[in-house]
Amino acid sequence: MSTEDAPTRKLILYVAGETPKSLAAISNLERICREHLPGKYRIEVIDLKKNPQLAREHKIVAIPTLVRELPIPIRKIIGDLSDEQKVLVNLKVE
Amino acid sequence: MSDSRLPTKSIAKSPTGISGFDDLTLGGLPTGRPTLVCGTAGCGKTLFAATFLVHGARELGEPGVFVSFEERPSDIVDNVASLGFDLEALIESEKVIIEHIAVDPSEVAEIGDFDLEGLFLRLELAIDTIGAKRVVLDTIESLFSAFTNQAVLRAEIRRLFDWLKDRGLTTVITGERGDGALTRQGLEEYVSDCVLLLDHRVQNQISTRRLRIVKYRGSSHGTNEYPFLIDQGGFSVLPVSSLGLNHRVLDERVSTGVHDLDAMIGGGGFHRGSSILISGVAGSGKSSLAASFVDTACKAGQRAVFFSFEESEDQTVRNMRSLGIDLGEHLAAGRMKYVAARPTFYSLEMHLALMLREAMAFRPDIFVLDPLSAFTETGNRSEVHAMLLRIVDFLKSEGITGVLTHLTQNGQTVIETDSGLSSLMDAWILLLNRESNGEFNRELYLLKARGLSHSNQVREFVMDSDGIRLMLPYMGQGKALTGAARRVAEAQERRQERLREIEAEKAQHLIEQRRRRTLAQIEILRSELEADEAELRGLVETETDRRTQIETDEAEMRQSRGKR
Repeated sequence: MSTEDAPTRKLILYVAGETPKSLAAISNLERICREHLPGKYRIEVIDLKKNPQLAREHKIVAIPTLVRELPIPIRKIIGDLSDEQKVLVNLKVE
Repeated sequence: MSDSRLPTKSIAKSPTGISGFDDLTLGGLPTGRPTLVCGTAGCGKTLFAATFLVHGARELGEPGVFVSFEERPSDIVDNVASLGFDLEALIESEKVIIEHIAVDPSEVAEIGDFDLEGLFLRLELAIDTIGAKRVVLDTIESLFSAFTNQAVLRAEIRRLFDWLKDRGLTTVITGERGDGALTRQGLEEYVSDCVLLLDHRVQNQISTRRLRIVKYRGSSHGTNEYPFLIDQGGFSVLPVSSLGLNHRVLDERVSTGVHDLDAMIGGGGFHRGSSILISGVAGSGKSSLAASFVDTACKAGQRAVFFSFEESEDQTVRNMRSLGIDLGEHLAAGRMKYVAARPTFYSLEMHLALMLREAMAFRPDIFVLDPLSAFTETGNRSEVHAMLLRIVDFLKSEGITGVLTHLTQNGQTVIETDSGLSSLMDAWILLLNRESNGEFNRELYLLKARGLSHSNQVREFVMDSDGIRLMLPYMGQGKALTGAARRVAEAQERRQERLREIEAEKAQHLIEQRRRRTLAQIEILRSELEADEAELRGLVETETDRRTQIETDEAEMRQSRGKR
């Protein structure tokens, strides 16, 4: 795989409080990254309950939302990320 | 609107600041509850919502959050500026926040369960920032195109409505109209406490906006379709149907401006607040007579509004000047308002609405509509009749004297044509233009004048630079004549009169002569008598002298004999 040289990229996961959906999304994402994309992505979790103005700034409507800013175009995935294959497709890594 | 219709204090209401609408709903939208405003594209949903929000923020100290799912904030600011709202200033003074919630489906993928907590958080933040009391969601169903999981969306929107209600926010939600249902999703109308339907209908190529209150939980409301208007003056609903027959009756009289016409009506003029129809064929002087009403009223310091559907302001002013009526002076003094529009410019409803709005704003004493018949071409007769009914009801309830002109076509049986109008009118002046002896003569007839004794004469109607006059009819020889025929007859009469006068003079002369002659004869006889008397006196004197002489002579004789 040629992507092995690629730099680490940031994935931002927006959640709101410790709801079951949010917690599921966090654990699903961590698992997917660990199992399929080791070292490629850095995960940042932002709790909008604590910083609601960030929802406005980053145009977040649905919770949880996963944002991959790079490579462009910006990709947003909403939901608890329960379907591993779909997540990988949307992150464009196989 | 009469307050008697108001039920015992029901739910609290928040005024929208939309003239007419607050009357219809007896106060406005339900406070602390969601209201759905639905309709097709371009029927004014967003402007309705914006008016509601701005009114609250500006007039009532109720800050508001405008949540836009479609338009960008800068577009909204520009759009409502056309209604005269300075949204920018309200945003700067923290009375309004525009929250733009855009979801681009192309960059979003859905994997698994989600909710719209982000929307709630953003809304909460905006509401708390300015302490909002009013919220507008425009148009919430945009979310449905952004997300594929409709079940989640429906649940979340329900939750949103409950959330807004719990926080006591008066909310306006706009929704696009769906097929056979009020909204595409068929959701909003059930969770809203009040549903308004805006409509934009085109009939005979003329469009009219209409508003209907579909439901209003816990409140009575007007149920009809009401035309509404969006213009520089903002959003206004015109509850023209809510008028009745319980108007005041006034005994005061208004002059027609034509002295001779006033004289035909017992008491000198029509009742104030009555509706006067002037009907006649083309060129019979309808507008001029109407202008005469206006002129007189304005000269007496009253106000008049003149709606013309045929002539422009300048044209009317110029034309009336030829009759010695200076409308320009009244217009300049602000006592008169002239509104000119083509009948095809708006629908019937809209014309009506505009006219009533002008009248309400200007508060005139005289209301002129010239001519009514212009509408029969744009609407059918029953619609025109209904419109007229509303105008008349409105004018009566306001105590405004209405002068309406109606053009009748040549050859039509006048009374048949106008039967629909007749019953609504208190007075009806018929202007005729009759051809006889090679000329047309204008004639005026007072066909009807409710509650007033009036002359039954057909009078000749003359317009010249001295104004309008009614000629006394020629009434000789058992017929009434007008125009040249009248003048001929009058001249004939004058000639005959002259002849009679000459005859009489002659006879007088003769008698005088005879009298003088007789007097002279009397004089002669008297002098003869005097002469006779003088002669008689002379004779008597001579006789007396003679007797005295005889006696003297006898005495002398006796004396002389005795002495001897």
